[in-house]
Amino acid sequence: MLQAPSRDYSSVLGLALEKAKNALSSKGIVFSVEEGKGFYDIIVEREYLVAGATALKEAGFDHVVSLTVTDYPKEKKFRLVYHLTSYLDYEIAGAIIGLGVEVPRSDRPSVPSLTQVWRSAEFQEREVYEFFGIEFEGHPDLRPLLLTPPVAELRPLRKDFVVREENIYEGVPKSG
Amino acid sequence: MVEDVRIYGGWKDELGLKVVPSKKIGKDLYEVFIGPQHPGSGHMRITVRLDGDIIVEADPDIGYVHRTMEKLGEIRGWIKPIPLFERMAIHDACNITMPYVLAVEKLMGVEPPLRAKYLRSLLCEINRIGAHLYGFAIFGVFLGHSTMYMWAMGDREVFIELAEALTGARLTHSYPLPGGARRDIPADFPDMARRAVNYMRKRLKEYEKIFLNNPVIRSRLEGVGVISKGLAAELGIVGPNARASGIGYDVRIVEPYDAYPELDFEVPVFREGDALARTMVRVEEIKQSLRIIEQAVEWLEKNPREPIVDKYLYGKYPPLHKKIMESEGRAKLLPISAAMKVPKGRAIGRAETGRGETIYYVESDGGVNPYRVRIVTASARNAIAFKYVLPGHKIMDLPAIYGSLDYFPPESDR
Amino acid sequence: MQEGKAYVGNLDVTAKRARDILLGKVPLDKVVDWATSFSLWPVHLTTSCCSTEFAATFSPRVDGEQFGALPWVGPRQTNLIIIEGTVTKKMACAVRLTWEQMPAPKFAIAMGACALDGGLFYNSYNIVKPWQVIPIDIYLPGCPPRPETLARAIVTLQRKIRSKKVASTWVREGWRGDIEPVIPKEDLCGWAAKSI
Repeated sequence: MLQAPSRDYSSVLGLALEKAKNALSSKGIVFSVEEGKGFYDIIVEREYLVAGATALKEAGFDHVVSLTVTDYPKEKKFRLVYHLTSYLDYEIAGAIIGLGVEVPRSDRPSVPSLTQVWRSAEFQEREVYEFFGIEFEGHPDLRPLLLTPPVAELRPLRKDFVVREENIYEGVPKSG
Repeated sequence: MVEDVRIYGGWKDELGLKVVPSKKIGKDLYEVFIGPQHPGSGHMRITVRLDGDIIVEADPDIGYVHRTMEKLGEIRGWIKPIPLFERMAIHDACNITMPYVLAVEKLMGVEPPLRAKYLRSLLCEINRIGAHLYGFAIFGVFLGHSTMYMWAMGDREVFIELAEALTGARLTHSYPLPGGARRDIPADFPDMARRAVNYMRKRLKEYEKIFLNNPVIRSRLEGVGVISKGLAAELGIVGPNARASGIGYDVRIVEPYDAYPELDFEVPVFREGDALARTMVRVEEIKQSLRIIEQAVEWLEKNPREPIVDKYLYGKYPPLHKKIMESEGRAKLLPISAAMKVPKGRAIGRAETGRGETIYYVESDGGVNPYRVRIVTASARNAIAFKYVLPGHKIMDLPAIYGSLDYFPPESDR
Repeated sequence: MQEGKAYVGNLDVTAKRARDILLGKVPLDKVVDWATSFSLWPVHLTTSCCSTEFAATFSPRVDGEQFGALPWVGPRQTNLIIIEGTVTKKMACAVRLTWEQMPAPKFAIAMGACALDGGLFYNSYNIVKPWQVIPIDIYLPGCPPRPETLARAIVTLQRKIRSKKVASTWVREGWRGDIEPVIPKEDLCGWAAKSI
């Protein structure tokens, strides 16, 4: 049985960020930190992604909570962030730290797969593949997960796939 | 195979009989497709490869209920996604919308008053009991234990009545709002809630006799589908399933939200990691939820009624809305909320739903619509367990493992 | 059995033979209608979240079994399909395959706003309307409909079967008289053989 301790989330998050920063700089990885509400994103260059992931896994971030991808068509890039947290390291358990990379919006965007580092990323990478068309190099089984192939070809979560919301006056003829 | 006489879902062969395509597999393996039409009524398919009757490979094929929540969340403003996201886990409606509301609150910088926090936690716990009882009912169907189905479904109605008295809807409550809750408790609610709590405590003892300590059920669950602590962390299993494997992780404790810091409750953790432990965790959680309901109801009864929306938002209320709030305890939505704008930023909101941690990543570009809503529900994270837990078991253990994981496809597929 | 083929059988032939044996001489119309209407067994195919209310219909409080309806496992032993809410493009294939495996006379109830015309998900890119997939007898609105509504829909369907002699017409003529058969316009299962 766990009793609810008085736990201050922001101090835990600060500690987790320090730990992640130390782990990355000890491997000589260059990164920038972006602050969000309730989490931090650490953005690295593409070639440091696998090394950074390995370092963070060693630092105690043992599973992927969410593989969050956002499409920015104006800036011609995808922002791909692995949001991580820890189960087994009680000190940082629950603190969300993101390890992210920016992917240029080319014909066949691709990033190295982190499934070998975090098994929990496997299904989420398949999901991102079908919704955004980002290919993960080295993924053991890259197939659509939720969608049927004809729908997956539309890449529905990209911003250029537009779903229209009906106006409440739609179909009502104008007076006169 | 005559290609050009292709009929619906297959082809006609030379004899005019209907043929559906099948795949060629290895010599000594059988490939069995289970679902999406199967006895447990789960809307998912598992393709298992069998050597004799031992599962050697399992491939969960999910997505049969993918209703494009993330895309629709991007085009419907900030308030309308609440009833939309509710449809993911319709019997766990308050819990599943809570993280979205928390994330929007973080972006807007509003904070609900304490009374609203208690109301939301109260409904969340009522929903949690409902979700667990629904899980038991489906588990009963999986194991061929009709009594459990009937009992759990019947007792679930008690808590649905309770939620209906509080919100006016059986399942789709749309109760939490950014910065508040929708309704205060009706006058006869505390009495109803106490009776429901007493009734459920009595029933749980009977459940133990007929289900949990039933030798037939125990022999099917004990030592079946074991997930070790390390495997659970590696796969990122959440919720009661992780807590059955010895991982003491609950969002209500790691990042306390709403009234949970004020409430006295425990989080049950088991070490065995088998199907029985997963079932026991849920029973213990129901007991804790009953405790929380008692405390919340007592607090709500003792403390005076106050407006249940954020002070800043309440200041903007027109006189008519204020009058309704004071006389009926009902929060009406402001007309401007249809075209509400939320400050630029990124936020993660999370809450412990009946099946585990649910995360919403909400990004705003300062417009009338969210720029991106990323949803990761508990069932979506548990789906991977099918792939790594099933191999090595006999096919007859599949229903027990499936049922004990308490997997709910609409929640998983989003 | 040939390599790469699986036979799903031809129910029409079997039904025709049974019809010839049963209805060769004696007028059994009323008995057929009466018996069918009180043994509407819905198949365990849940398409969406209305399944929670479907389950509640067969719980002790509403007790759907009192109308002679009992949810059953296999499509071969059932004659009613209840579409619980949204049908996605992936699920449409399963709905149609299940429908084709059920023996005639068979009926369908579309439950919930999504099954009528899309409901909350009207502009979603991944949904199909159930009436494009199978012929529907009864529509019931609500999001989700209460269990009492579904119980009433089952009773209404029973009345319809008896008053319009749907089951006996189906057995005698091979198809019911009142509605047209639905043949899906698009290939619902076409994606199964496709990969990207």
